[in-house]
Amino acid sequence: MRRQYSEQIIYVLIRLVMYSIVLVIGYILFDIIRHGLPALSWEFVSQYPRKSGAEGGILPAIVGTLSLLVGTIAVALPLGICSAIYLSEYAEQNRFTDMIRLAIITLAGVPSIVYGLFGLGLFVLFLNFGTSILAGSLTLACMILPTIIVSSEEALRAVPRGYRDASLALGATKWETIRTNVLPYSLSGIITGSILGIGRAAGETAPILLTVAAFYLPRLPNSIFDQVMALPYHLYILATQHPEADKVLPLQYATALVLLLLVLGLSLGAIFIRIHFRKKYRW
Amino acid sequence: MVETSPFPADTEHVITARQVNFFYGATQALFDISMDIPGRRVTAFIGPSGCGKSTFLRIFNRMNDTIAGTRLEGDVRINGEDIYENGSNVVSLRRKVGMVFQKSNPFPKSIFDNVAYGPRIHGTKDRQELAEIVEKSLVRSALWDEVKDRLDTNAIGLSGGQQQRLCIARALAVGPEILLMDEPASALDPKSTIRIEDLIGELRNDYTIVIVTHNMQQAARISDYTAFFYEGRLVEFNPTKKIFTKPREKQTEDYITGRFG
Repeated sequence: MRRQYSEQIIYVLIRLVMYSIVLVIGYILFDIIRHGLPALSWEFVSQYPRKSGAEGGILPAIVGTLSLLVGTIAVALPLGICSAIYLSEYAEQNRFTDMIRLAIITLAGVPSIVYGLFGLGLFVLFLNFGTSILAGSLTLACMILPTIIVSSEEALRAVPRGYRDASLALGATKWETIRTNVLPYSLSGIITGSILGIGRAAGETAPILLTVAAFYLPRLPNSIFDQVMALPYHLYILATQHPEADKVLPLQYATALVLLLLVLGLSLGAIFIRIHFRKKYRW
Repeated sequence: MVETSPFPADTEHVITARQVNFFYGATQALFDISMDIPGRRVTAFIGPSGCGKSTFLRIFNRMNDTIAGTRLEGDVRINGEDIYENGSNVVSLRRKVGMVFQKSNPFPKSIFDNVAYGPRIHGTKDRQELAEIVEKSLVRSALWDEVKDRLDTNAIGLSGGQQQRLCIARALAVGPEILLMDEPASALDPKSTIRIEDLIGELRNDYTIVIVTHNMQQAARISDYTAFFYEGRLVEFNPTKKIFTKPREKQTEDYITGRFG
């Protein structure tokens, strides 16, 4: 009897925890939508800001964040996937590679402001890229590389050994085997992990604070060596640095909503790619 | 260990192994094995689990190379060529020596793409030529009639026995001389097992087949020669008929009569 009761209690407890988390997230979403939606308009996303962001739109911040994301993906995805391939397929499994793995996992937990300072030191100052899209993208890429490497390596390892053996036994080289019979089957997992990292990059403020983000720059960038505004940083400015913080409150919410929609769009894209590969390679 | 040859005088030996020792790290798995495997015959490796028969089989297409920390001593030749010589080409070796695994492992691709995989990586691009190879290989593996109308469906949808015959077709498609089979029927139901055995019977005249099996009846049914392994050593290698009627070694007799193993 007592065991049955404790079973019941655990069940109720776990459900309560789950519901409370969903509730909190749901409330945050609801709050942002409720306050942000009225201020959201075509003008808001297509116009330049005026009066330090108190009026007008956030086009430069949207373009800035998008260009940062493109740069981040272009750098982090190839590097991350190649590293994962090396670790999972080529590297010997010994103390040294275990240490590398541990280091990568540790890097995933380093606070983002540390990446910001690292980016400032290496990319902005030492390599002399200046505060620019290039420096910001590279910094964000460094930040999300550990996430991409760890999840990609897991996805690669999940591919059954039998596929590798069969391909090698037919006379395929190791790289041919990876390219045709390991990578395609793990792509859905790789993309899922990468999107998690990229979503995080889209919302981070600290790494771009010191490497790219402009306080107020009502124009679009011309090259990767330009500074840009970015959505999370703009939001931070509006919320804490703006002289009329109360007046711009609706704009804050609308900016948050745009950022959310952007990340949601990314995730949806990833889900569709996943479904596509899942269907193509079923096992 | 000099002994009288169990083979007829005109036998052509395709695989020759001399004083082979094999190690997984510090553990020795094979001890001083010397053996000549005749061409266009079926040779069966039998013995209890862990006796080294699969390890020995995987030496012939260097599949053990894929396991870290393994080491081989001795001399292994196929058609007179030292396959472990420095600079010997593993890719062309594996083209000549096909392998079928215990657990059927078709790629999660279409039936066509599975069979065409080998020819494609070896450079055949012409669609027509590929189609001919695929048909020929599937006919050869006795699967054509069952799948000819659905070559573009995913191979994962086939039954276990069909999957294994697809794997045989896939191996045949690159045109090997030797087929290594590592317990190819051990995961199959009796009916599918018979089909695989019949298939081996049809292939025996054109290919050198080496098959590992833990099923002694199977070895007796399909093979010309049988090698009995025990604890990493080759105990006896003789014509299958002799092994199962008048084994030379006491250990062989004990094993095939079911006293251990």
